[in-house]
This record gives sequence, C-alpha cells and structure tokens, in this order.
Amino acid sequence: MISDMLTVTVLVGILASGIRLATPYLYAAIGETFGQRSGVLNLGVDGQMLLGAFAAFYVVFRTGNLGLGVLAAILVGGLMGLAMAFVTVNLHAEQGISGIGFYLFGLGMSDLLFQRMIGTVETVNGFSKVYIPVLSDIPYLGEIFFAHNILVYLAYLLVPLAWFVLNKTTLGLKIRSVGENPEAADSLGVSVARVRYFTVTLGGVLSGVAGASLSIGLLNVFQQNMTSGLGFIAVALVYFGGWRPWGVLGGALLFSMVNSLQLWMQILGIPIPSDIAVMLPYILTILVLVVSVSKVRSPSALTKPFERD
Amino acid sequence: MKKFFQSGWTSRLSYGLLLPLLATLLALGVGAVMLLLLDVNPVTAYKAMWEGAFGTPNALAETLVKSTPLMLVGIGICISFRGNVINIGGEGQMIVGAILATWLGLTFTDWPGWLMIAMALLLGFLGGALWGGIPGYLKAYFGVNEILSTVMMNAIAVQLMNYLLRGPMIDPSQAQLASKIPQTARLPEAFRLPRWVPTRLHLGFLLALVLAVVVYFLLWRTTLGYRIRAVGQNAFAARYAGINVKRQVVLALLLSGAFAGLAGAVQVYGVNYRMITDGSASGFTGSAGFNGIVAALFGQLHPLGTIPASIFFGALLVGANKMQRVVQVPSALITALNGLVVVFVVSSDYWRRKKERQRLAQLVEQSEILPDDDIGSHTAEGTA
Repeated sequence: MISDMLTVTVLVGILASGIRLATPYLYAAIGETFGQRSGVLNLGVDGQMLLGAFAAFYVVFRTGNLGLGVLAAILVGGLMGLAMAFVTVNLHAEQGISGIGFYLFGLGMSDLLFQRMIGTVETVNGFSKVYIPVLSDIPYLGEIFFAHNILVYLAYLLVPLAWFVLNKTTLGLKIRSVGENPEAADSLGVSVARVRYFTVTLGGVLSGVAGASLSIGLLNVFQQNMTSGLGFIAVALVYFGGWRPWGVLGGALLFSMVNSLQLWMQILGIPIPSDIAVMLPYILTILVLVVSVSKVRSPSALTKPFERD
Repeated sequence: MKKFFQSGWTSRLSYGLLLPLLATLLALGVGAVMLLLLDVNPVTAYKAMWEGAFGTPNALAETLVKSTPLMLVGIGICISFRGNVINIGGEGQMIVGAILATWLGLTFTDWPGWLMIAMALLLGFLGGALWGGIPGYLKAYFGVNEILSTVMMNAIAVQLMNYLLRGPMIDPSQAQLASKIPQTARLPEAFRLPRWVPTRLHLGFLLALVLAVVVYFLLWRTTLGYRIRAVGQNAFAARYAGINVKRQVVLALLLSGAFAGLAGAVQVYGVNYRMITDGSASGFTGSAGFNGIVAALFGQLHPLGTIPASIFFGALLVGANKMQRVVQVPSALITALNGLVVVFVVSSDYWRRKKERQRLAQLVEQSEILPDDDIGSHTAEGTA
C-alpha cells in the first residue's frame, strides 16, 4: 500500500491540499506576528477565529454574498482585536491570561450564536477555485499552486507584504521599536499605544479572515469549536518562525503538509494510526522551539505593558 | 504582569473580594444584555440557573461534583502562577493522569478497592506531574515559552487519548461491534470512589478541600513554597538569595500539572468510571483545565480562595444546563461569560495597582522622608 503513496496523482494531491490547508494558519500567524513584534502576545486568536468563522458563515448563509461574509469576519475580528488592545494597552492586563479570557468568550459566543441563529448543520457555497490562466495549465505544478480559491492566494501574498511592511517601511520600524524598546520609541515621539492598537486590531482582523477562510473557503460549514485549537498553533508558529513572516510561512507549510499527508494516508487506508500522525507536528513544534529559542531572540518588550512614568 | 501575581490576599482583603465580585456582576450584566438580545427574560434565565445549581439537595450535589475538578486544577494553578509560570496545560495533564489511572484500574482488577483507589489517584498525580514537568524542564533549561509548550502538550495528550481509546485501551466488547465507540471498559465496582447516596457527590470533593488547605500550607508555611513564590516575585533577587531558580520553575509546573492529573483520575474514579472520547479534549475534561484557571484567578490565586470560586463556577456550569432546558439558551453562554469574567478580573487589577500607588505616595508624604533610592532609580530610568 505504501507504493500507492508514490503515484504522481497522490503526491500532487498531497501537495495541493497542503498548500490549501496552510491558509488559516497564515492569516492568523501573520496577524499575530504584527502584534508580537510590537510587544503584545494575543492568546485569544482561536476565539477571534471562531467568531470570524461564524460571522462569515452566517452572512453567506443568509445573503449568499461572499464579499459581505469576509467583511463581517473582518469587522468581528477587528472588534475583538480592539477590545484586546484596550485591555492590554490601557488597562495593562496580563496578556496571556486576558487572551485566554477572549478565547473562552469567542468559543462560547460563536457556539451560542450558532445554536440560536442557525441550529443545524448547514453548508454554504463558499469561494470556488480560481484557475490562474496559463499557469494552472502547467502539468502538476498548475494543480499544486494555481488552482485554489482567492483566500488562499491572498494568504500567500500576505507573507511578502508583511515582510515589506515590517522591514522596509516607517510603520514597520515603529512597530519593531515599540516591541524592542518602548521607552526609547516613546521618547522619540512614537505613540506606543497607537502602534499597539494598530497591530493588535490588525491581528484581530486577520484572525477573523482566518476563520472565514475555514467556514466559507475550505470547509464551507460551521461547527461548534471548528478550529479545534488551530489559533493556538498559529501563536506557536510565530515563535517557530522567529517572528519573521518567511519563517512563519515555513512553519505553516510544515504543519499543513503533515496534516495533508495524514489525511491522504487515511484516504488510502494506510495502517498508521492517524491519531499518532496528527501528533507529529505538535511534537515537532516543541522540538523546534527547543532548538530555535537559543538562537532567535523574542521582541524584548513582549508581554510587557508600557507605562509612562 | 509581576504586579498581578504579587497581589496578596491577606493584605488587600477588601479589594481581593470586591474586584472579582464586581467583575462577576459586570459579566452577568453583559450576559443579561445578551439574553435580552436573544429575546429571553434575564430574570427568568438567571432564576432557572440558580435553581439548577442550588434548588434541591441533588442540584447542590451536582454543583459540588462539577466544582471538584475545577478546584483540583485551580489549586495547582495557584502554585504555578505564584511561581510566575503560566500553565495552560491543565487539559492535557488531566487527560494523561486519567489515562494512567484508568490503565491501572483495568489491569489489576483483583486489587482491594482502597488500595486501587489510593494507587490510581497517586498514578494520576504522577502522570499530571510528568505532563507538567516536561514543559517546566523545557522552560527552565531551554527557555521554551511554557504557554506554547503546554498548549502543544494538550494537543499531544488529546491525540494520545484518541489513539489509546480507539486502539489498545478500547472496551473489548466495543472492539467487536461495528460502532466501535472509543471508550474503555468500565472499572470494577469495588474501585469506585465512595458516594453520598443517592446523589453523585463523591469523596473526591472532600479530597479537593483537604488538598486546598495542604497547598495553602505548602505555599506559605514551607521552604519549598517560599522559594516558588520568591522566584515568582523576583527571579533575580531569588537567585542572589541563593535559590536555584530553574529548579523552582520545574517544580512549580510539575506540581501544578500533578493536581490537574489528579483531577483527571478523580473524574474517572468518581464520576464516569471509564474514559470516553469524542475526539476533543473538552469531551473528557469538560474544559476543567481552562475553567480551573478561571477559578484560581477568581480566588486571587489563593488555594483557599479557589474553594468558593470553584463552587461558584461549578454552579454556573450546572445552572447553565437548567437554563438551557427552561429558556432554551445554549449553555455555551456560560463559556462566553466565563471568558468575560477572566478579562474583567485581570483588567480590574489596574485599579488595584492605582490604589496601591496612591497609598504609597501618601505614606511617603506622611513620613516626610525623601526616598533617596527611589529618586535615584527614577532619574537613572529617565536617562537610560
């Protein structure tokens, strides 16, 4: 049966779904990268994703308008981000724990709204595949890279964009300086509060889109706790990627490829317990954290509230 | 962050009680608004909750049953958070403790009941200690962020449970059926924790009460507790005082995990008598690994404060079921409100610190002594 794995069709299938499955990780983790580079750890990503996923699903379920669905996810995620920013920036609340609070809120709220407003398992017509002209006709590569829905492409475009903003723009410089040395940034006239409000809200927006990419892009359903901890993995990916967008991309792909591989192994009936296969990326993440922590330094002001004397 | 963990219970009793209560009232207020938006009378809903949680002796017993894992996880959380180590891994630690305890009970079926219960709970304790100790070790010696590693350990524990309950540990009778429900066989009746018949209230609740007192003594009356708290307040100062900081970090997470592991074992031997999985962590734990954090925070990270806090949240959870039946509001509302309580409690710390600063400023004024050191450090900070 192992030989089944080696046919070209299967390999292409594994790679293509691996590319696709990285989407929610990318949105959420890139958003979290902005927050952490400015010194705010947002652990509520999973809750923001769930609410974003529900908002997008509900709007599409009622109106059929996919654009409105994404907009709803952006709004809801952004509001959650704003709330998180207020609590961590203005009230100096402990970031890790308030993040858990927001996670529980999103988990409960999305379930509550789903049960009250929809109730049963429904499906919607989500984003359909967009075949990129010419490129999608390339044998194998076309199917792997150029036959996905629009949210997938945008997720990958986000990576170089985030890299550019963080490293090549004044805004990026401000974000990094606020995360490394808020006192110095403050003395140079950079508003620490404003920068952190921006990054944390942006993180919320992207987490919302990450949820939408599941509920109206990849799966086209909404279920209670449908992310099953995906948002927490996204936070880990930021550490994994050393707070750099390209590193985050590497981590997201690693996770999604292993996931895709184990899905295909199940489809092909290969007798390796899938539970064990699912476990591997988590173990790998811990190992990578062990190896990489000594080399890559986290933003100095991460989790530290800024208070003017 | 530091300030939050330093907040003493005894020294700030009024604030310690007042702020969580205000936070709860605020959360219930938000809940009332949400209920109104859902077209439900909040008074009817909250009344149903109250009756569901305390209305009959049986309801009260259910509340205490539900509060037991929260309390056990929560007193462990007190240890780790006091040591400035954030343990988000309660879910995984519960699961591993439960797996080991269940395995023991299903393997040595001829042991006397009292011996098995003692050994199974001990093994659950050790299992949780192992699952908490690993991230503790990685934090202390490799600098791996414990929030992330404990979250990863949760995911690993869930998959381990799913694998074992679908494979090696599956109920032999289920293994032959087509349905293959992923659950273990039932524990022999002799191994079950004694119950206060006819309710489901079991000995585990008493055990949790006793352990809360024990952990209080551990934290405030033993050298180990002093060291853990010293490291939590100021790791640098603790190191100068000759405390092995790394060891305390490992111990704080290890002990914290141990109590969660015990909670898992108690759930199996006191409530379910078997393990069953729906694929997720909360399917087994009922999210007690997270809600235990909520209870501990609510109890001001004091083991004795965790007792009423756990009962309160246990009541919310049990009451939510009744509310669901009476006014058809999904009990998920309570999860959302729990989240708000957490956010409000950590946010309210802002006012406590503000108050404290004012008090300090007043003291300085009254004593008319210019704190030279303070001025020195301030200017140094300003120019740095």
